[in-house]
Amino acid sequence: MFLPHTDADREAMLRTIGVKKIKDLFEGLPGEHLFPELDLPPGVTEMEALAELQHIADANETTGELISFLGAGAYNHYSPAVVDSILRRGEFYTAYTPYQPEISQGTLQAIFEYQSMIVALTGMDVSNASHYDGATAVAEAVNMAYHNFRGKRTKVILSPGLHPHYRETVHTYTVDSNILLEGEETPLDSGPEALIPLIDDNTALVAVQYPDFFGRIHRFRELIEAAHQAGALVAVHVNPLALGLLEPPGDFGADIVTGEGQSLGIPLSFGGPYLGIFATRQQYVRKMAGRIVGETQDARCQRGFVLTLSTREQHIRREKATSNICTNQGLMALAAAIYMSLLGKNGLRQVAELNFHKAHYAAAQIATLDGFELVYDEPFFNEFTVRCPRPVAEINEELLSYDILGGYDLGQTRAGLENHMLIAVTEMVSREQIDIFVDALAEVAHD
Amino acid sequence: MNFPKELKYTRNDEWIRMEGDEGVIGITDYAQDQLSDIVFVEFLVDVGESLEQGKTFAAVESVKAAAEVYMPVSGKIIAVNEDLPDAPEKVNSDPYGEAWMARIKISDPSELDDLLDADGIAKLERDH
Repeated sequence: MFLPHTDADREAMLRTIGVKKIKDLFEGLPGEHLFPELDLPPGVTEMEALAELQHIADANETTGELISFLGAGAYNHYSPAVVDSILRRGEFYTAYTPYQPEISQGTLQAIFEYQSMIVALTGMDVSNASHYDGATAVAEAVNMAYHNFRGKRTKVILSPGLHPHYRETVHTYTVDSNILLEGEETPLDSGPEALIPLIDDNTALVAVQYPDFFGRIHRFRELIEAAHQAGALVAVHVNPLALGLLEPPGDFGADIVTGEGQSLGIPLSFGGPYLGIFATRQQYVRKMAGRIVGETQDARCQRGFVLTLSTREQHIRREKATSNICTNQGLMALAAAIYMSLLGKNGLRQVAELNFHKAHYAAAQIATLDGFELVYDEPFFNEFTVRCPRPVAEINEELLSYDILGGYDLGQTRAGLENHMLIAVTEMVSREQIDIFVDALAEVAHD
Repeated sequence: MNFPKELKYTRNDEWIRMEGDEGVIGITDYAQDQLSDIVFVEFLVDVGESLEQGKTFAAVESVKAAAEVYMPVSGKIIAVNEDLPDAPEKVNSDPYGEAWMARIKISDPSELDDLLDADGIAKLERDH
């Protein structure tokens, strides 16, 4: 609660620090920057303001008007109308975190359903009620592994296939810790096995991505076995939609599964709010940040929901906590839960298949173009890397005149990837639109 | 409240039972009663580690609260009660027996003088 100060409060404070008026506090600042006169036009009516703002907003070009092949962690998927319609209900939309949780049965049920579906999708035992986004979920996996070994293992191995923004976030989280980050500079072409020599008995965590940032689907069994032999944990970051088709990481030995949940019915929205998925095995449940909702019966034997586990450190031993971020993306978790329950197991598989087939059609067509080449041989889901005959930024600029939003320019992420484009194809583009894209690429291939 | 005569106590409600130059550590009947149903016990040290008096070696959590368990005296951890994390309710049912938490080799016996005897802890908790 924010209580405004009374004039008496202010005067008492000013007296205590020995100044007469608030303005005296700013004496040290250059006069011309102090309380400048703002040169603002006269006020306008709401109608006029709206028209002006609309005019400004009209300069945006969105995925509504463009055919988009841009992904790299944020994907243009269809979000059924019912997702928005349910999550905008006042009961969900206005409520903040349930401080008196059991009174909010609807919220608890939504979290319970979300957690149950995430567990089924990832092959893990427990899921929390989410983090901010995929990047923070990966960073929390690093935190959890570090605390799991009580700070006695300080090395964390990050795959070069992890999204560069996620790796940056991990660097930010760990900048003032003794955690050593390794592995990011290993060659891109050598596969997950290239990380094995880095694993030792000081390694807390190996973090990989599935499919990786470049779209590749790797097999991780060997890497995971090596990590487990050294006593280290393994975190696998997923695109949850891809799990409609792919083997769940729980089945090949992951200890932690994180994910960017935006693919599950959450709109692009200029980069957020998104959804950080976090699931792990039962044995680590006490180390996981966040909370778990369980199903139970009330005194009248009716189905009800309770906060089964809420990490104690977040309330009491804060300095010992794996994480002090208690806030989750409740509304986005709800959106994902609605999306997943609406599609069901088969529907999710169908959407995944649509993505897979459209992306493979596009890749096959692009591979026939002069000057364009698929860079990697590994299987992929809905995104793949293409070497182009010209800088990607130039190609994308020209594609805009065809109303096409081109792929992600990988040249900005790593040396050696100049002219490399990461192309995402979702269920939102038709075969006809893919053909338009391929034709346009052929036309802009040369200056 | 039960405070066995043969034990020594800290003001934080840990107990220690001396066996030669070794000591067995747990939390008191009073502590378990105050915490109510214990649902979680976690050891925060490894066997072989040496800890100073007052350092945390375990954490317990009840339906009401969470608490840390401190070393009554300095020493090296020889063993922890591995059964306890799977049966935390033993802390409630048998705090001085089955729910022992750690066995240590004491490094400075003079620190035992800082501790309370059964009458001392009983008086302390009565006054609370």
